[in-house]
This record gives sequence, C-alpha cells and structure tokens, in this order.
Amino acid sequence: MLGAIILAPLVGAAILGLFGKRMGERLIGLIACSTVAVSAILSFYLFFKHHAELEQGQKFYEYLFTWISVGTFRADASLLLDSLSAVYILFITFVAFWIHVFATGYMRGDTGYWRFFAYMNFFMFSMLTLVLADNFLMMFVGWEGVGLCSYLLIGYYFTKDFANDAAKKAFIVNRIGDFGFALGVMLLFLKAGTIFYFDDPDRGIHGAFSWAFSQAHDPLAWSAIFAGGMTTIAILLFVGATGKSAQLPLYVWLPDAMAGPTPVSALIHAATMVTAGVYMVARASSIYTHAPTAMLIMAVIGAATALFAATIGLAQWDIKKVLAYSTISQLGYMFLACGVGAFGAGIFHVFTHAFFKALLFLGAGSVIIGMHHEQDMKRMGGLKKYMPVTFATMFVGWLAISGVPFLSGFFSKDEILYRSFITDGLPEPWPVILWGVGAFTALITAVYMTRLMVMTFWGKARFGDAHDAGAHGGHGEEHGHGGLPRESPRSMVLPLVVLAAGAIFAGYLGVPEGLSGGKLPNYFEHFLEPSIARSKVPSGDAQANGSPHSPSGETTIHGAVVQGSAEVEDHSLERMLTGVSIIIALAGIGMGWVWFGRKPLWEPPSLLEHKYYVDEVYDATVIQPIKVGAINVLWKFIDVRIIDGFVNGAGQLAGLVGGGLRHLQSGLARSYVAVVVLGALLIIGYFVMR
Amino acid sequence: MVPLSWYLGLSALLFTIGAVGVFIKRNAITIFLSIELMLNAVNLTFVSLSGFFGDVGGQLFVFIVMTVAAAEAAVGLAIIISIFRNRESLNVDEVDTLKL
Repeated sequence: MLGAIILAPLVGAAILGLFGKRMGERLIGLIACSTVAVSAILSFYLFFKHHAELEQGQKFYEYLFTWISVGTFRADASLLLDSLSAVYILFITFVAFWIHVFATGYMRGDTGYWRFFAYMNFFMFSMLTLVLADNFLMMFVGWEGVGLCSYLLIGYYFTKDFANDAAKKAFIVNRIGDFGFALGVMLLFLKAGTIFYFDDPDRGIHGAFSWAFSQAHDPLAWSAIFAGGMTTIAILLFVGATGKSAQLPLYVWLPDAMAGPTPVSALIHAATMVTAGVYMVARASSIYTHAPTAMLIMAVIGAATALFAATIGLAQWDIKKVLAYSTISQLGYMFLACGVGAFGAGIFHVFTHAFFKALLFLGAGSVIIGMHHEQDMKRMGGLKKYMPVTFATMFVGWLAISGVPFLSGFFSKDEILYRSFITDGLPEPWPVILWGVGAFTALITAVYMTRLMVMTFWGKARFGDAHDAGAHGGHGEEHGHGGLPRESPRSMVLPLVVLAAGAIFAGYLGVPEGLSGGKLPNYFEHFLEPSIARSKVPSGDAQANGSPHSPSGETTIHGAVVQGSAEVEDHSLERMLTGVSIIIALAGIGMGWVWFGRKPLWEPPSLLEHKYYVDEVYDATVIQPIKVGAINVLWKFIDVRIIDGFVNGAGQLAGLVGGGLRHLQSGLARSYVAVVVLGALLIIGYFVMR
Repeated sequence: MVPLSWYLGLSALLFTIGAVGVFIKRNAITIFLSIELMLNAVNLTFVSLSGFFGDVGGQLFVFIVMTVAAAEAAVGLAIIISIFRNRESLNVDEVDTLKL
C-alpha cells in the first residue's frame, strides 16, 4: 500500500514523459491529477485505518528489497509509516492534488504542458520517497530527487536566461547543503553503525535513534561542534536542512526560484519541498535532543532568518518575491520551533503553512494570469472588483499568515512563540531574545502581507496607464484588446476555495492547550508525540512516557518532572502571550493598512529593496574568487600548461621519433636484406665472441 | 664416412652464395632463387646434424621448412608475376613506391 503511494506518481511521470508529447492537454491533466489523487486517497485511507495504532506509536514497515548490503552497512528500499510521515503524506498529497488541478488551468496553452506535468509527478514521487523512507539513504534519494525536480521546474522556461540562471543557482546552493547532509549521514554510520531510523526486529535492524538514546547528552559548548560526536552529526544534518529549507546563509536560491511557473512555486517552493529540512530535523529529533549546541544554533538561525527575510519581504515589488521571502521567514519560524525543542509545534506550522502559503501562491498565480502575466505590484491595485473569488480566498490567506485569531496560522505561530518563551533547553537570555525576535517578525509579517494585499486588491487601479504607455513588461504576452483583468477559470478558482477552507480550519487540529483551557486536547501534537523525541520543554500533557513502541518514551524524563507544578501558571502565561500575539498581528495589519493605504507606492529603503546586498556580497566574496581562480589557475595554468602540455608533449615526442625512424624505410628491398643480414651477423658475432 | 665439418662447410658455402646473390642481384627471380638456395643450405645443416646426433627431429624440421618454402614459392612467384604485369620490369630497385 505504501509502495503504491509513491509509485502512482512515478507511473504518471513515466507515461507523461514517454508519451505525453502526443497527448492532448485534457488527457495530460487527467493523468497527472489522477495519479496524485490515487496517492492522496491511499494516504487518507491508511491514515484513518491505522489511526489508533499510529497514535500509540506503532510503526508500519513495507519492505521492498535490500538495496545495498556491504559488510555491516545495509540500506533497504523500504518504507515506514508512523505518525510523523503519516501527517506529512496527508498534507503533501492533499495540497499537491489541488495544486495539480490549479496547474491544469494555469499552464493552459503552454507548449511544454506534458513536460511540466511529468516533472510535477516525478516531484511527487521523490517527495513521498523522502518522507516515507525508513533510513537516511532512502531519504537522501528523495532529497536529491526533489532537488532535481526543483531544478527542472525552475528552469522550465528554458529559453529565458534568468530562469536558467535561477535553476543553476538553486541546484548549486542546494548541493552545498546536500554535501553537509551526506557527511552527516556518513558520520552517523561511523558512530552508530547503522543508517536506519528505528529498530526493526523482523529484519534484524538496529536503529540509529536507539543508538542516540543510549548516548550521553553532549555538553552545550562550541567545542562539541568539532568533537565528531552527536553534535557534529546534528550540525552537519542541519547544514543540509539550511540548503533545502532556505535558511541563512543558504537561502539565496529560493527568491530566484520564483522564475518557475507559479504552481511550482506553490507546491515545491512553499508547501512541500522546502519543508523537507524541517521534516528531517524532526525525524532526527532524537539526535538533536542530545546535542544542545546544535539546538541553540538551529533556534538562532531560525529566528534570524525569520526576521531577516521578513524585512526584505517588506520591500519587494514582485508579488511572488514577497511571498518567497515570506516563505523563508515562515521556515525560519519552523526551525525556531525545532531549535527550542518544540518539534511538534514546528511540524504543526509546516502543516498550516502548507495550506495558507499554497493558497497565497495560487492566489498570486491567479492574479498573474488575470493581469495577463504581470507580476509587478506597482501595476496592480483595485483588483478586488475584477477578481472577487481570488480576492476573497487571498483575504483568508492574508489573515491566516498574519496571525489573526481563529485562523490556522494563528494557532501554529502562537504555539511556536509560546514554546520559545518557556523553553528551558537553552541558556538564560536566549528564550526571551528568541521570543522577542519571533514576535517582532510576526509584526513585520502582518505589515508586508497587508502591503501586498493593499497594493494588489485595494486602491486605485494602476494597470490602465501602464498599458497605454506600452510599458507592459516581463513576458510580453499581450492578450489583445481586452486589457482589463478578469477572474480565472474554474479549474483555478476551485483549488483556491478548497485551500482557503484548509487555511481556516487546519489550525483547529492543534489548538494549544492553554487557549482552550485544556478542554480541547492538542490533537496534532499528541498524535505526533510517539514519533518525536521530546526535549526539556515542560508541557501540559507530558504523558509520552506511555509510548512503549518509540524510543522517545525513554527520554521524557524532564517533561514528567516539571509537569505538575506549573500547570495553572502555564496557562495564564500562555494566555498572556497569546494576547500579545493578537495585539501584534492586529497592530501590524493596522499599520500596514494605514501606511500603504495612503502611500501604496512608498519607496522602501534601498538597503531592503536590494536585499541587504547579500547576492552582491556573495558574488564578490565567493563567486568572483572562484571564477578568477578557475580561469587563471585551473584553466590557464593547470589545464593549458600542465595537462595539455603532457598530452601535446606525448604527441610531439611520438612525431619526433617517427620522423627519425621513417628514414629506415627506403623502399629498396636489398637494403632491407642488408639490414637483416647485418643484424643476424651481429647476433651470431655476439654468441661467437662471448 | 664423410666428416660432419664437410657438410657444414658446404652448407655455409651455399648459404653465403645465396646471401651474396640476394645482395648483388636486381632481378627479382634471381633473388628468389638465392633465397631458396639459403633455405636449402639450412636444410642441409639440419639433416647432417640430425644424422650426427642420431635425432630424427632435425629431419622432421626439414619437412616443415620444405613445406613452407613451397608455399612461399607459390606466393612469391605470384607477386613477381603481378609486378611484371604492372611494371614490365623485374628490377627490384624500381619497386619502391611503399617508402616513406
């Protein structure tokens, strides 16, 4: 069954890739959507069928075959369903299905229709492999597969230079992260002797996480990073996560990745692939909880990325770029959550974020199509009356991401902020600092999202004059005379509505304990508990001790100890912080509304508009030195002088020798005979004289 | 009983005549005959030494040499005929287009 989930999109990709060129658009769309639908239906079926077992921490394996077995190293092609991967496949397949549906409308008339959907289906295969793998090597297969699909889809418009450059950038930056990931897995194998996650007695496999639990906690010190122990493994894996999930300092590829079609941005660069890093960290939570230094670094980088990207998002003109920076910022929140030990809260934010960010991206795609391929918000405005459904759904997404109460983003973001405030896994000043940064970022998030909405949907329409002046930029695809924006077709509007519903209701699966006063259990985190190692965060229901199937039960010493005393206090503090969050969200929206409502074309500081000149700095400090080194040393010296010198020298030597020897061949048969006889005489002479 | 050295002396004489013939003659057929002469000089050595040591291996070897010589004669004569048809000449010094 698990195999069918990952294979269905692969079959779709194979069919579309091999025969898609001769198919019609309707058939292509049907195949692409139906294969994803099969995965989605199977995922839901498995989820509800094994719901109770998953909640108790049972793990379902599906062994396909042994892939590699060398000495003590063993890697199986086998799949694992536990509560963490179950949650992931649920939202991945669900969101992906609706994005596929949206794409059938968005990509209409594109010459590469079949190619697009073949890549999309292949992406689904890779992503599901990543999530369902039961060892790090299989995860790495999916990890690289999604990277490949990301590359192919960013460079989808391959006749355009900027798309190719963006694709290469994404691939190369990801490669840096993947290198760290691969090193981390190798070190893990050296230390633990296995790359499987969990014990599986049926196959006689020992899990790396069981090993992790038998180890002592690493100290919280810089030296631990280079000690080659648990902390080093955690840091190396986190390097992989910063690449894939676009964290500082490897985030630079994600904004450029917007060169791909908008459904790609929604599916790969917002909802699913970029959250693979969070998944990996949560999966390896047993390792992270033993490496407090790595946790601190992760929390700090997450918070820094959240703030950094949010401020840049404040100053972008391209509607997709704003959302891209917003994604980076939200991913920062997720890592902040993982860093403070609230892995469940991080995954919960992944879950809600998948809905509202996919919604916002698809809404932006709908706007772009409605505006005839215009992405610059300077030429939008007043679209409310032209695109009512798109407006209504994006309105929901806007409120959700801003953290307005009772929408999905509110619950998950609030949970993260609360957890970072009360965490006791980090040394003293950090929890407050992290909370402050997170809260301030929430304010900026509300402001830039309000800016996006105001510039796009409210105010004076700014597209008319731009059309008249012939300044129609970008894709140069004029749709004739009817220059007015219009609502998108049904295949695009329907997914928006569905995802908007998700953005409203997804949050109710994980209402924080404090808000409901403990009456409504935090279902989501309770469900994830067996799959995730708990760190030292005190929590209302620290009953994870009762999950015998998972190693996590063995370490939740802390939760049990701290629990009882702070129960009442906990909730009042949580309510207070929630109140602060609500005020921040509303204040942000209000500030944005007043400020950008009055001056929608306000020029932001150029430092922000130029993204802190990070690309320029990277260009000057990394790219140019490499280029100069490559040209002057590797090419002009090593290649031309040394390697070419050897090769050409060998050729010239052979030529010289041949030129000398060819005079022996005079063409006179008798001279040959003379040489033969002379030679024979010399040999005989040698033996006679000896 | 003729002593062994006489046979060997005769054989060396024949071989030298053949070798000198190959050197100084330009006619392809004469050279060819000289080569045959050298071959048979060697055959003579084989046979005489075979008799001297009482070992039939040398005589067997002669048969092989004769067989090869027959084959070589067939091929060599065919080449000579073919050269003559093309060039109207048997002077080997003129047949040097394969050089350099």
